[in-house]
Amino acid sequence: MQDFEPNVVVFCCRWCSYAAADLAGTSRMTANPQFVVIRTMCSGRIDPEFILDAFAKGADGVLVTGCHPGDCHYVNGNYKTRRRMLLLEEVLEQFGIDRKRLRCEWISASEGGKFVKTIDEFIGTIKKLGPIDGIK
Amino acid sequence: MKQRIGVFVCHCGINIASTVQIERVVEAIKEYPGVVHAEDYEYMCSDPGQGMIRARIKEKNLTGVVVAACSPTLHELTFRNVTALSGLNPYRCEMANIREHCSWIHKDVDKATKKAIKIIKTIVEKVKLNEELTPLSVPITKRALVIGGGIAGIQSALDIANAGYQVILVEKSSSIGGHMAQLSETFPTLDCSQCILTPKMVEVAQHKNIKLYNYAEIDDVSGYVGNFKVKIRLKASYVDWSKCVGCGLCIEKCPTKVASEFEQGLAPRKAIYVPFPQAVPNKPVIDREHCRYFKTGKCRVCEKVCDLDAIKFDEEDDFVEEEVGAIVVATGYEVYGVQNIGEYGAGRYKDVVDGLQFERLLSASGPTNGEIRRPSDGQIPRRVAFVSCVGSRDPELHKPYCSKVCCMYLAKHAMLYKHRVPDGQPIIFYIDIRSDGKGYEEFVQRAQEEDHVTYIRGKVSKIYEDNGELVLLSADTLAGMPIELRCDLVVLGMAICPSSGVDELTKKLKIQTDANGFLTEAHPKLRPVESLTPGIFIAGCAHAPKDIPDTVAQASAASSKVLEMFGQKELSHDPMVAWVDEDLCSGCGVCISLCPYDARELEIKEGKRIATVKEILCEGCGSCIAGCPAGACQQRNLDDKQVIRMVETVLSRG
Amino acid sequence: MGKPKFAFYWCASCGGCEEAVIDLNEKILDLTAAVDIVFWPVALDFKYADVRSMGKGEIDVSFINGAIRSSEQREMAELLSKKSKTVIAFGSCAHLGGIPGLANFWRRKDIFERVYESVPTVKNPEHILPKMESKVDGYKLNLPEFYDTVSALDQVIPVDYYLPGCPPAPELITDAIDAILKNKLPKKGSVLAPDKALCDTCPLADSKPDKLSIKEIKRPHEIKLDPEKCFLAQGVICLGPVTRSGCGECCINANMPCRGCMGPTKAAIDQGAKGISFIASILGVEDEENTSDEDVRDLIKQIVDPAGTFYRFSLPYSLLKRKR
Repeated sequence: MQDFEPNVVVFCCRWCSYAAADLAGTSRMTANPQFVVIRTMCSGRIDPEFILDAFAKGADGVLVTGCHPGDCHYVNGNYKTRRRMLLLEEVLEQFGIDRKRLRCEWISASEGGKFVKTIDEFIGTIKKLGPIDGIK
Repeated sequence: MKQRIGVFVCHCGINIASTVQIERVVEAIKEYPGVVHAEDYEYMCSDPGQGMIRARIKEKNLTGVVVAACSPTLHELTFRNVTALSGLNPYRCEMANIREHCSWIHKDVDKATKKAIKIIKTIVEKVKLNEELTPLSVPITKRALVIGGGIAGIQSALDIANAGYQVILVEKSSSIGGHMAQLSETFPTLDCSQCILTPKMVEVAQHKNIKLYNYAEIDDVSGYVGNFKVKIRLKASYVDWSKCVGCGLCIEKCPTKVASEFEQGLAPRKAIYVPFPQAVPNKPVIDREHCRYFKTGKCRVCEKVCDLDAIKFDEEDDFVEEEVGAIVVATGYEVYGVQNIGEYGAGRYKDVVDGLQFERLLSASGPTNGEIRRPSDGQIPRRVAFVSCVGSRDPELHKPYCSKVCCMYLAKHAMLYKHRVPDGQPIIFYIDIRSDGKGYEEFVQRAQEEDHVTYIRGKVSKIYEDNGELVLLSADTLAGMPIELRCDLVVLGMAICPSSGVDELTKKLKIQTDANGFLTEAHPKLRPVESLTPGIFIAGCAHAPKDIPDTVAQASAASSKVLEMFGQKELSHDPMVAWVDEDLCSGCGVCISLCPYDARELEIKEGKRIATVKEILCEGCGSCIAGCPAGACQQRNLDDKQVIRMVETVLSRG
Repeated sequence: MGKPKFAFYWCASCGGCEEAVIDLNEKILDLTAAVDIVFWPVALDFKYADVRSMGKGEIDVSFINGAIRSSEQREMAELLSKKSKTVIAFGSCAHLGGIPGLANFWRRKDIFERVYESVPTVKNPEHILPKMESKVDGYKLNLPEFYDTVSALDQVIPVDYYLPGCPPAPELITDAIDAILKNKLPKKGSVLAPDKALCDTCPLADSKPDKLSIKEIKRPHEIKLDPEKCFLAQGVICLGPVTRSGCGECCINANMPCRGCMGPTKAAIDQGAKGISFIASILGVEDEENTSDEDVRDLIKQIVDPAGTFYRFSLPYSLLKRKR
């Protein structure tokens, strides 16, 4: 378990969390490297299908990030995301996938630090949970 | 099509190269399916770097380009332009962010290198499925509609008209001017409101680029940015304005008197009337509700006295249609009704008036010719109490917001009262004094120091009548004592609310309002005069309570956004929008509930319900796509297949 | 050329699909006139040995219904696959795993424990559970393996076409047989039903409001359903938008919402995921700016057994296939 390197997919909204990740880099903060960012215009674009597909293909964790409630660049995309992710969490639980493997976090463009903290915390959680294939 | 993708890896000096082993990256990517060329350079964004990409696109006949460098926020446009210069569609170029998201944020060279390779592969997969796109373009009708003829609408219409574009100005009452025409003098300069407003009203009426529809309302709006169709209802005035010269004889002879709206009920008007003497246009209308002929079938006095035959009792509402490219909504405000405030008598006491009524008492052209006489008995009030925050800042019972202008106009009222009644005693009850405009604080100080207006910090809990006098119960919270004050007149600084009927109008315009009914701006800081619907702009108190300078500034800002649009040949729009596979769409309509821009619409095509996309309104957020139950809706260059391929690449080991 | 040879077989199913063939009514006479039925254990007395003795590809079309839940079913599917030119997965269970596929929310041992031990009507003090091999009076008895995971047919053998539905509507069956007889079958891998979702043909579609918004979720038995009104507009979860049409709208016409037996539409990968997304999309949360995650969760909790609701017919066929 010690050398388990999780595979984490991070969805970022172009306006807030992607910019926060940029800022984290620009500020030379350091984050655990076991993740790759996929950029969408809005967290509202993130289809639960993408997340189930990621888990089916071996993602150990999926992090969905978007603008803070009320700050969505597209008025209310993040509220739709929240509803979808909360319902998806319930379903994941029924599938025996720990709901902690899916995390939803609101990170604004100015929160580079929060981005790094969220990544490190999340990867830490995933490391504790172990690989997704290992929970059969 | 067989993909021939070129990958260009930037060192960014040592910014990338010190953490990511560029050579290893290039070697790994070269082998990746679909990649026919991989190359690195110190500064890809420099002239030689750009030149290299241009040359390789041609030499290697590339079908797609991935620039692995900094964040796309920085240089996506740069490299898409480079790609376009080589004749390859710019949307076939994407950036892989290996600087901010990799070399800068990670320290371990091996891990960062592996990650950079993965990021690049992920973007290569995206580019493989990218379509060739061209920005959408839509023609613009370069005429504007301004709704509301108050100072905001007047300013906005004049700005646009003066820039050389046609303006349709629609005003629901028979004269433009709005509330500003009712005001006596304006803070903080005390210049006469009419004197600064009426010249602008006349300018509107005479402007060759402005078509004024007074006594008219918006009946229907269709279309979208650049191409709105507006149906305007011209309300029947029962007077042929083309014949009427405004002699006023009909008004003089009309036997019916009703309370004048313009005078806030403090003076009568006739059933055929012009709202105020300086009205523009200065033509009468018949108030059908009160006209004796319409009520009883007998009278027609106005018709008899009109030598010009201008009275037309059989007139009906008429409709006109106008095509415009942009709309400015400047529908203004109304004063929250005193009847809502039970503890202040709910309108039962004649001598408890609101701010606008007091404006009329102060006005030289008002019912008392500018002498301050109280409504009940015409006496000059010796002691006047002014109460601020009535209905405002009261989230439990009334309006939660600050109405912004009351502190200032109550100071002005008290000051002007003192000027007219030098031995009178003005007392202002306040919670906080908000005087944050230019010269405003000085103005309040002047009221206190030069005009000896008494300020008492305390909310008024009750007002009642006793022996022809008004009794106010309050507390002086600074001195910590209860107050019972007898006075002759009370002026209430009532909350400001959006005009009635705005709700209906916003539905027609498909723009949004906040919880208080004020129009919602597209962004509270960066897009304060745009609505969320492209091509519709907002100005004045329809947006939030504001004073005249702020209203005029916002009106001009809205005009400048209209002019920015009209300055373009046609409207250009990002092509990364939603699209629908009509063979798969079942017309379930889920997308329609999801779109914040009303870009999704159900249409009947060959008898089938199909949810279409109005591309020009689509901002490409993709929430309708994620919500589409059938997968029938996709986003250009970020479709489900692309995301799924990207996820798969992220998860591939090795 | 002789008459084409058809085979019908059932795996883990309820028998409804067999019934659906009978439901062709008098048309079944046309069918038997046009084809030779060489194997149909439910209706006719054939033995497995008859199939085993056939040559490779001797059967023109095998219609296999039911999911694969035991080794016997798998063997038979593999055998028919070998002997058939064309295999059609018949009905929801063969297509998607169907109702038997819901067992994938449990493990084999949980199912055995439940069925043979903890059910109140069962008394099993000796803890006797099914075994693949057992000895009775010195004789060895074999039972097929009861798999831990239920599969859809195409997860076991190659499937050429899918006839969806629980059971497939008579029109779809007739159309499919016509297409076979006239040699007009579409591209291999096709689902023999329309590509669009049920809303396309739903008789209640016109009653759907412009903007859907569910403020309270109701189950069909909790309210008096208005037969003239879109179920979603009544707060009842209807999977019509995520479900392929072609069923004949029998549930809707019986005043019950769609439960998804026809499976996902052509462009959707995972019917359940699409269900989750669209229902969450139209949940009407009042004053959403001021609601916490907990408030939203309260509304979501009104959906009883969400995974079972959204994956009722398609669990083995879904992205995650089973509970971990």
